[in-house]
Amino acid sequence: MKLRICHLYPDLLNLYGDRGNILALVRRAQWYGLEVSVVSKGLGESVDPREFDLFFIGGGEDRQQRLAARDLREVKGEALREAAASGKVILGVCGGYQLLGHAYRPAEGEDLEGLGLLDVVTVHPGKAAKRLIGNIVIRCALLGGRTLVGFENHGGRTALGSGVRPLGVVLAGFGNNGEDGTEGAVCGNVYGTYLHGPLLPKNPAFADFLIARALETRYGKVHLRALDDRVEEEAHRAAAALALRGRPWGARVLAKISGRESARGKFDPQGRKAREESKT
Amino acid sequence: MSLRLTTAITLGRLAALASRSLGLGGGTTIPGRVARAVEPQLVRLLAQRLPFGTVVVTGTNGKTTTSRILAHIAELAALVPIHNRAGANLASGVATALLEHANYLGDLAGDLAILEIDEATLPKVFDALMPRVIVLTNLFRDQLDRYGELEVVAEGWRKALNQLPSDATVVLNVDDPLVAEVGRGVKGQRMTFGIEDERVALTVLEHAADARYCYHCGRPYQYTVVYFGHMGKYCCEGCGTRRLNPDVTAREIVLRGIEGSQFTIDGPRGSMRVRTALPGLYNVYNILAACAAAYSLGIAPETMERAIESFTPAFGRGERLQLNDRELVFLLVKNPAGFNAVLRTLLQGEQAPVVLIAINDLIADGRDISWLWDVDFEMLCGRVKGLVVTGRRAEEMALRLKYAGVEPGRIVVEKDGKRAVLRAVAMAEEGEKVFLLPTYTAMLQLRAILQRMGVVSGFWRQ
Repeated sequence: MKLRICHLYPDLLNLYGDRGNILALVRRAQWYGLEVSVVSKGLGESVDPREFDLFFIGGGEDRQQRLAARDLREVKGEALREAAASGKVILGVCGGYQLLGHAYRPAEGEDLEGLGLLDVVTVHPGKAAKRLIGNIVIRCALLGGRTLVGFENHGGRTALGSGVRPLGVVLAGFGNNGEDGTEGAVCGNVYGTYLHGPLLPKNPAFADFLIARALETRYGKVHLRALDDRVEEEAHRAAAALALRGRPWGARVLAKISGRESARGKFDPQGRKAREESKT
Repeated sequence: MSLRLTTAITLGRLAALASRSLGLGGGTTIPGRVARAVEPQLVRLLAQRLPFGTVVVTGTNGKTTTSRILAHIAELAALVPIHNRAGANLASGVATALLEHANYLGDLAGDLAILEIDEATLPKVFDALMPRVIVLTNLFRDQLDRYGELEVVAEGWRKALNQLPSDATVVLNVDDPLVAEVGRGVKGQRMTFGIEDERVALTVLEHAADARYCYHCGRPYQYTVVYFGHMGKYCCEGCGTRRLNPDVTAREIVLRGIEGSQFTIDGPRGSMRVRTALPGLYNVYNILAACAAAYSLGIAPETMERAIESFTPAFGRGERLQLNDRELVFLLVKNPAGFNAVLRTLLQGEQAPVVLIAINDLIADGRDISWLWDVDFEMLCGRVKGLVVTGRRAEEMALRLKYAGVEPGRIVVEKDGKRAVLRAVAMAEEGEKVFLLPTYTAMLQLRAILQRMGVVSGFWRQ
């Protein structure tokens, strides 16, 4: 089996370690024994949706985002709409998420028209408004209530329409708009989120979920065997602990994260299990 | 004489005393904050009394080292420079530095101020300082959660430089298209610097390169030479924008890894061959920046030469210490471009090194650590003897190394700073080097640990 990744605008939209997301997909696919290819598509380059299983689009500064928005509309829009309609996986992070929606109104200048693959609209409330910056933890229903951890840094506030579900509910941080407690958006196999940091390396369950979904459009149901994710789980737990520190429910969420992992017998960084065994 | 100024200085001094005796640290910013609360014009009132005026050094990387080399050059030119403590480069740090050298009447015990200023703070203090020389080292993405986007920082510089009097000089790194772009519209004098040596170039543009597209027409720059990050010789085929010719250049560069380098500097007043203990190509840029600024101050090249040869690395920037017969080398890491430059330098040695990486995510480090994924850690694979990671985000650092291709079993995660240092030291043989690569607050912590072990002195004495 082969996973074919299309990285959109890697030179332009790469603000928050976005390369780490591609790296996570590539490495994990390799560890699963899959063949994997990554093709970069920059400004002016056309895309054939049949050549790819998964599309990734990252975040960028205002000027870069404007250039990308125009190119998405004029050059790649049709192909990506076709890809979404045929169930290919599309993941947009931060600025990329905003461009997957209907529109983004920046702090200054004209509105950017998005692809409308996600029923969301983003508005920047103006230069004087506070940016939403910090560590974030969400609970993701798609992954059976698992947590996703990351860092967010966005001025735009995203409102969800009726055609999407949120990717998760915010346990710590701001999320889509800092008000309604939602984070990200999902419609079919199109996913948008403000979580960077980057997202996929320290949320391996989500990386695997996307890999599986991407393969399913061509190969049918796939089963990925478990990898040794101790380093990933530990980074996940540490990031969650920093974000949840001081929150009344923080300890409970953390216990759940650690509990799930040790229950699978994969995660025991402090030798907790060994200690308990030696006590008995 | 203003009573308010005297009161401000007195209270600032008391705050410094209190801060130190209470063990709150070096008092590198609190005195300035206190004094400015009493006299908001403190910086302006003190700065205008300096007979040789003020030199400001700003940019993403190299501020501390460049300003310290320049201060050393000034000293050898028989001037008495006032400079701020390493890293204390916000408005309060600048005020503290001036305050420390002022008597109660506001007279300064110095000829000129050489101040490193945070790149985002520059517009806020520019008007009060009215610098005579302003040095722009480079612009890279850094701490996006704090500074915001690179464009915003560049725009702040542009606005500040517009206020510059026509007899002031802007010292510019022409190898950085972002910096050169800021300097293009400057009304005052210009003194430019850059590297002219293709043998030390990289083969491709790094991932950490930020200025990929022409500021004027949006087309990708064509690079004929890349030194690191987005520094090099470039031009735009769209609108014809190209690198300016530098006034002060380095050529025939011989890099000797962590031991330093040798190169020839050509300037408006002749050539000199220099040898420096400062490691890496990035320090060649720092030395060029300091020399270009020194030329603007009218200092003779012979003095610069002596200063470069006798300069020892600044606090945490190549500083060396001894512990259990191993040499510890501190190399501060702050952003992808700087981290890459440091890794490349430490891999130039003959032996595979022991490396300790300490990553914190406090405000002074940048709370967002996503930048670790933009560093090319892949170059470490199979080329290090030992790897220890520590700090608040040690776990994420270990994860980054795993995805860079380092076998997880070879990465030691040790959250306790002291134990981390001792484990790294134990991995090295006697006489070998251990490289400590901390972010800013991690460096302060490691130094505090080493201080308790009797290896270093307090940082405010630096």
